Amino acid sequence: MRFMVIVKANEDSEAGVMPDREILTAMGNYNEQLVKAGVMLAGEGLHPSSKGKRVKFQGSQRTITDGPFAETKELIAGFWILQAKDWDEVLEWVKRAPMDGGTELEVRQVFEAEDFGEAFTPELREQEERLRAQAGSQA
Amino acid sequence: MAADAHRAIEAVWRIESARLIAGLTRIVRDVGLAEELAQDALVAALEQWPASGVPENPGAWLMATAKRRAVDQFRRRSVQERKYEQLARELEVDVEAAGSEIDAAIDDPVGDDLLSLLFMTCHPVLSTDARVALTLRLFGGLTTDEIARAFLVPEPTVAQRIVRAKRTLAEAHAPFEIPGPDELGARLWSVLEVIYLVFNEGYSATAGDDLVRPGLCEDALRLGRILAELMPEEAEVHGLVALMEIQASRLGTRTDARGRPILLLDQDRARWDRLLIGRGLVALERAERLGGPFGPYTLQAAIAACHARARTPQETDWVRIVALYDGLAALLDSPVVDLNRAVAVGMAFGPAPALELVDGLADDPALRDYHLLPSVRADLLAKLGRREEAAAEFERAAAMTRNQPERELLLERALACRGDVRNGASVH
Repeated sequence: MRFMVIVKANEDSEAGVMPDREILTAMGNYNEQLVKAGVMLAGEGLHPSSKGKRVKFQGSQRTITDGPFAETKELIAGFWILQAKDWDEVLEWVKRAPMDGGTELEVRQVFEAEDFGEAFTPELREQEERLRAQAGSQA
Repeated sequence: MAADAHRAIEAVWRIESARLIAGLTRIVRDVGLAEELAQDALVAALEQWPASGVPENPGAWLMATAKRRAVDQFRRRSVQERKYEQLARELEVDVEAAGSEIDAAIDDPVGDDLLSLLFMTCHPVLSTDARVALTLRLFGGLTTDEIARAFLVPEPTVAQRIVRAKRTLAEAHAPFEIPGPDELGARLWSVLEVIYLVFNEGYSATAGDDLVRPGLCEDALRLGRILAELMPEEAEVHGLVALMEIQASRLGTRTDARGRPILLLDQDRARWDRLLIGRGLVALERAERLGGPFGPYTLQAAIAACHARARTPQETDWVRIVALYDGLAALLDSPVVDLNRAVAVGMAFGPAPALELVDGLADDPALRDYHLLPSVRADLLAKLGRREEAAAEFERAAAMTRNQPERELLLERALACRGDVRNGASVH
């Protein structure tokens, strides 16, 4: 199973304050553990939203808004993509992250075809593929 | 609540058990005893953690607990056998030191213990089946039941295999160490072979109706990725990881809605997993950067990379693939490689020279029961317009495969050839 671990933004990350050496070292060690255990597929930190942009869709119109964006707690500052056997294992790894001070990490499972389970019968799968093909031919 | 705690403890076990067993094997010099001690520590955790909570460093807690059990055991045994007396004394000092500084309990900064464990579970004195079962169990943290289900064998069979394997290792006095330079190559080959075998078992089930058992692919990938960090200077390790990452990127597109195989060139490339392809290409680069002649895994990874890089089947660099197969055929005396090379020749230079190569393989005893030989031959015959012969070959291939969805596909292709014969129409 694949999971995305989302690091939420805070005032510091939004202000572009780089973490101090202690935190960087701890984070480096943690990432090394993840890599050595073969569970880390990817992981990136993001620039603050002041360097970000948003694209809004309305009919055929595309409106681009420059950052920063106000709702700090809703923003993300980085992410990991982890591969683990199940939820328990990924949570055990996430619990080991060097975080503190009320930081919250959000863990979300990445969709894979088999997640649809029994309900996603071959017929349904075929139907979905047909619909996708149709959607593709219209686009 | 208790059930939650148990599941959390099992997750800790999966993460820590290999290092735990490796560290204990270094101390007690017996992988079977080490596993027992580790299991004892797990039982203690299951008793205590639900009430006390999971300790801050669960790995160190398990290690310290297992070491205490070891001291108890050795004390009891030392009454009969002197050699345990010394071990008990050494270990006791260790445990006391660990009491004050519990973080140091698992002390394997460069991973030598882990690596020694992997070389032990893949020891050539063991049969392939035993190597696979023991590696998944001790290094991969899988339960006996999980291994049994993955390989479609009864659980007692796997349990037996593991017990016997541990006995064989003890009897052979297999040393717990990283092999020296003179035998490292051969021993590493054995490790890579086990990992790739697990991967292939997941990638193309040899029997039954389920063509893909991705769980085993993930296990093998994890083992490979761990090994790549333990032996970063070994090009072939990165080659194997690259090969598995790239092959795994196509897992979701290899079968159609009814579970039948989709050939590489017919797969929907938009659905190939770009994350895994990217990881595979990086691993291949690591292998290439280490220099030296390509080994067989790196060559296969390079071939897989040719497909991964081509946005459409038409963009595939078949000439390069033929060259890479030339290299592979020079390293491995394998008619299966020759057959694959023939397919590449067909794509690069046309079906006629390819058919010549395939016909040259027809009498190879190693390919007598290999359904892909008539299947490839049929495909080339169809391309040359010899449809009647093609249909017969597709039927022969269908009769030889043990995989039901594949059989259906082959029969369908035979039928298509016969249909074309009747209508006088032509296939693309």
